[in-house]
Amino acid sequence: MKMSLVLEARHIEGGYDLGSSFLKAVDDCSLYAYEGEMLGVAGESGCGKSTLAKLIMGLTKPPLRLVKGKSIIDDIDVYKLSWNERKKILWGKVVTMIPQASMNALNPTKKIKDVVFDVVREKYSTPPSKSEILDMAKKRFDEIGLDPVALDMYPIELSGGMKQRAIIAISTLLNPSFLIADEPTSALDVSTQKLLLELLYMLIKRNIVKTLIFISHDIATLRQICDKMCIMYAGKILEISDTEDVINRPLHPYTEKLMESVIPLIPSIRKKTLKGIPGAPPNLLNPPSGCRFHPRCRYAMPLCKEKEPPLREAKKGRFVSCWLHLG
Amino acid sequence: MNMKEEALLRVENLTKIFKTGFLGKGEKIIAVNDVSFFLKKGEVLSLIGESGSGKTTIARLILKLLKPTSGRIYYEDTDIWEISDKAYWRKVQAIFQDPYASFNSFYKVERTLKNVFKLFPDKVSEGEKDKKVHEALEKIGLNPKEVLGKHPFELSGGQMQRLLLARCLIIDPEVIIADEPTSMVDASMRVILLNIFKELSKKADKSIIFITHDISQAFYISDRVLVMYRGRIVENGPVEQILFSPQHPYTKRLISDVPKLHEKFKFTLT
Ligand SMILES: Nc1ncnc2c1ncn2[C@@H]1O[C@H](COP(=O)(O)OP(=O)(O)OP(=O)(O)O)[C@@H](O)[C@H]1O
Ligand SMILES: Nc1ncnc2c1ncn2[C@@H]1O[C@H](COP(=O)(O)OP(=O)(O)O)[C@@H](O)[C@H]1O
Ligand code: SF4
Ligand SMILES: [Mg+2]
Ligand SMILES: [Mg+2]
Repeated sequence: MKMSLVLEARHIEGGYDLGSSFLKAVDDCSLYAYEGEMLGVAGESGCGKSTLAKLIMGLTKPPLRLVKGKSIIDDIDVYKLSWNERKKILWGKVVTMIPQASMNALNPTKKIKDVVFDVVREKYSTPPSKSEILDMAKKRFDEIGLDPVALDMYPIELSGGMKQRAIIAISTLLNPSFLIADEPTSALDVSTQKLLLELLYMLIKRNIVKTLIFISHDIATLRQICDKMCIMYAGKILEISDTEDVINRPLHPYTEKLMESVIPLIPSIRKKTLKGIPGAPPNLLNPPSGCRFHPRCRYAMPLCKEKEPPLREAKKGRFVSCWLHLG
Repeated sequence: MNMKEEALLRVENLTKIFKTGFLGKGEKIIAVNDVSFFLKKGEVLSLIGESGSGKTTIARLILKLLKPTSGRIYYEDTDIWEISDKAYWRKVQAIFQDPYASFNSFYKVERTLKNVFKLFPDKVSEGEKDKKVHEALEKIGLNPKEVLGKHPFELSGGQMQRLLLARCLIIDPEVIIADEPTSMVDASMRVILLNIFKELSKKADKSIIFITHDISQAFYISDRVLVMYRGRIVENGPVEQILFSPQHPYTKRLISDVPKLHEKFKFTLT
């Protein structure tokens, strides 16, 4: 059976108006996600992960702007909708983002249930009654293993892990089919992180959400639940493949280096020196010509400086943007 | 000579109690509970523990940003509260967890970095300041042209964390306390930053307290590890000992919960 397409983002290009210049944070990125899929997006800080997520959802609040491209979520053409239409029919109901640093997103002066009321009411012209909303919330809190008494608490009374759960429960209250989680685990310690991963895994397996995009700079974290991975660098997608392939048989030289940089948990590691990737990530206001990774690539050839490699299927199901693989 | 005598920094029976609620009338939180340890010259000591276990509080106490409820901290056998702030902060510096909170958001990066020369006893010429700033930025892989003219909110979290390390390199202190200094960078940059800490200890004989909840980073760079749980030190020893024979159940959990690249957690739906 062919799984249905939940996200079809084509040739997305966008960035930030900075007065005199335009910072192109995302350049010609295409990404598909199917029902039941958990897709990881990895890349170093500042490479455009959050920006891509916002562009996919149509969250183009100035200075962010879409230049080119198309995003279709559950058959809805995002950029054919006005801002107000996106608010009414798209966000929260079809697609939801758990934003970076969301742990601090809860208003400290409001009880959790009041946040819930606000979120739900905003989406309906004739909202359900308070008790109906409360029933919905209790059910979802239960499903994700958070005691519904938390609804009657203030954020400060919840532990980090409980807060995370509350945020996820609230974000998925209106049953969006598509969830984007932007670095949801980075601020957490490993044990809380693990609980959150389990929670996201459960959301998909229980069919509470159909598709998940999980953004993180930490590949070892992504690999725990993602079937597929997308590697970004300097506003570009360099590689998309099944997780096992990306980790064990990376195609792109950047991915290869990234895997070598992950610290294994073995005692002898103390005596070794891992290399990292020498050099700095490029300035997005003035990116390198041709392949953006060429100044740091150990395989760079003359062609790499001149021409930008397109993202193509180099092997079955494996997309890569590198001249080594695009003969 | 015993180990204590070699210590550069010594923490003795340190306790910090926070009182929450209006006018401190509410609950008491024992953030740090009777903690003692020492740090030798040239040593990397890691402080590992879950969030809320008191790691950042210890960092703030050592930096004199908080007064202890009880207990003492000595730098070269002098109580740190008897040393002037300016002299002490030349010797002991920190890289904090939330990089944005550490930089004044109204100042451009250049001004913030150059402000550190105020800690220096002698006047530094503009040319010398520029040189030091550029050297430090290059070392941590940031392009001076790209960052110096920016405000903190125009930079990513990873860039900010690296700027904090640059600031530290300019000051050139004897002790660096790094509180989760790599939480916002990717694997390749993390290794580069960790290597800088390793080099500072091995080549420049600097002492480092490295705070993290990621046990693999701690093992990569440290000589010794302290495991904290609810304000107390529950385990203390060399890396090998803690990895091979962890004693405390909490240490065991830390080791099993860290995500590994070549291993997948097994989740069972309940
Ligand atoms: N509001 C903004 N105004 C101007 N530039 C911005 C803004 N937000 C992001 N940028 C720039 O856009 C680029 C991409 O940023 P983005 O937040 O998408 O990165 P990211 O991959 O999510 O990084 P991180 O891992 O640090 O979250 C960076 O160069 C960043 O400095
Ligand atoms: N200024 C403060 N006021 C009240 N409680 C605090 C304050 N700072 C920290 N705490 C509490 O002290 C405990 C230890 O916190 P912290 O040192 O930040 O832990 P860690 O850095 O290990 O995550 C936590 O319970 C925290 O909520
Ligand atoms: S295109 Fe060339 S420079 Fe770019 S990653 Fe491939 S080999 Fe390296
Ligand atoms: Mg981001
Ligand atoms: Mg902390």
